[in-house]
Amino acid sequence: MPEHVGDTTPGTPTGQVRDFLRGRREQIAQRWADEPLFRAVFTVSRDEAVEAGKAVVDALAEVADVGRVEDPDAPGFAPVRDQLGRMAAARSRGGLSTGQVSGELAGLRPPVENMLLEELRDAPAEHVRACATTLTVLMGTLRVLVMQTALSEGQALIDRQRLQLMEVATPVIKLWDGIVAVPLIGTLDSARSQVVMETLLEAVVEQRARYAILDITGVPTVDSLVAQHLMKTVQAARLMGAECIVSGIRPAIAQTIVHLGLDLGGVITRAGLADALGYALHQLGAGIFNTTSNGTDQR
Amino acid sequence: MGTAAGVEARLPIGSDLDLMWVRQHVRQAAATLGFGLVDQTKLVTAASELARNTLVYGGGGTMESEHLVDGSSHGLRLTFSDEGPGIADIEQALSDGFTSGEGLGMGLGGARRLVHEFAIESAPGAGTTVRVTSWTGRPPKPREEF
Repeated sequence: MPEHVGDTTPGTPTGQVRDFLRGRREQIAQRWADEPLFRAVFTVSRDEAVEAGKAVVDALAEVADVGRVEDPDAPGFAPVRDQLGRMAAARSRGGLSTGQVSGELAGLRPPVENMLLEELRDAPAEHVRACATTLTVLMGTLRVLVMQTALSEGQALIDRQRLQLMEVATPVIKLWDGIVAVPLIGTLDSARSQVVMETLLEAVVEQRARYAILDITGVPTVDSLVAQHLMKTVQAARLMGAECIVSGIRPAIAQTIVHLGLDLGGVITRAGLADALGYALHQLGAGIFNTTSNGTDQR
Repeated sequence: MGTAAGVEARLPIGSDLDLMWVRQHVRQAAATLGFGLVDQTKLVTAASELARNTLVYGGGGTMESEHLVDGSSHGLRLTFSDEGPGIADIEQALSDGFTSGEGLGMGLGGARRLVHEFAIESAPGAGTTVRVTSWTGRPPKPREEF
């Protein structure tokens, strides 16, 4: 595409807006520097905000120059994309909703439009209207660009948190020599259960565990997929010489498993973690004795 | 108790995250309508199975939840629809242990045992719609097979 398409030559609306932006760059940046959107990010000095404003004006002029006023992906925006994203993010952190941030962006237009109208006061009405429309479209594109950036920031944050959740939610606890436990919490989807299986099998090797307790007290729903994941984990642990005990099966879950028709027959289950630990200790030939009462009560 | 607010909804089913949303919505709706803990758990589990079928076999779709009233009993109706390949042999799909994928094959038949009313409409190429309803204050339906 040629650098200058037909309608950006001086005198056409797009060309006029471009020349106006370049000519009044300093003034526009000065006006914007007082807007909350700029003040919130560039807190150190006002000059910094003015410089940031100039960068945005330059980008707008560049985009107008190549005639792509409706394209948020225009290369002219590239230099200010990061900066705009930071500005929107700072306003969100300040407690503004996405709609309010969008409103503040819309607020950047009227002062510029007034300057444009003033500059064009002797021009024919039709030309003035065309120029104002072009400026509105251009500022609208800027708004779309900032919202896009803000949304992709949000998506990146969600992805990071998802990864974090996967890591922290599966600690393997050594309860006794040869006994490890994994308290499962939250939804056990395929990705999470894979992590659980891996960390558990590693712990079985590391701790030389004979018994592994999977506690599902914190799992809200046990459906056929969750059951399948549990069974696979139990089978894998068994291959490594460790017996698995599934504990923390609440009454409502137990009834649901029965109605669903799931067969957990090959798996040792206990109602609570304490029962599971007692069973495992007993199997290992160890036990917990209550010394305060009769002293012979072994679990 | 028993208002439609927060119960009637239409949720998309397009990803694993949507399944979580479906489960949370059904749990909340069932609690709002006065279902006990066991019935809540059954409904949520049935919804989880059916929503996963919609996602995995139907290629995604929607779940619609409605509030029904019959005398003093409140009902929660969940409708799962997709526009996927459909099911050729519904009887076979409902039988335990049958799966065209990698699951246990307990989902559809299991879900039917967890609710009071169960209806399925499907034909090859025409998508699948599963409608389940449960009522508060009614005993579990008699068990024919078990």
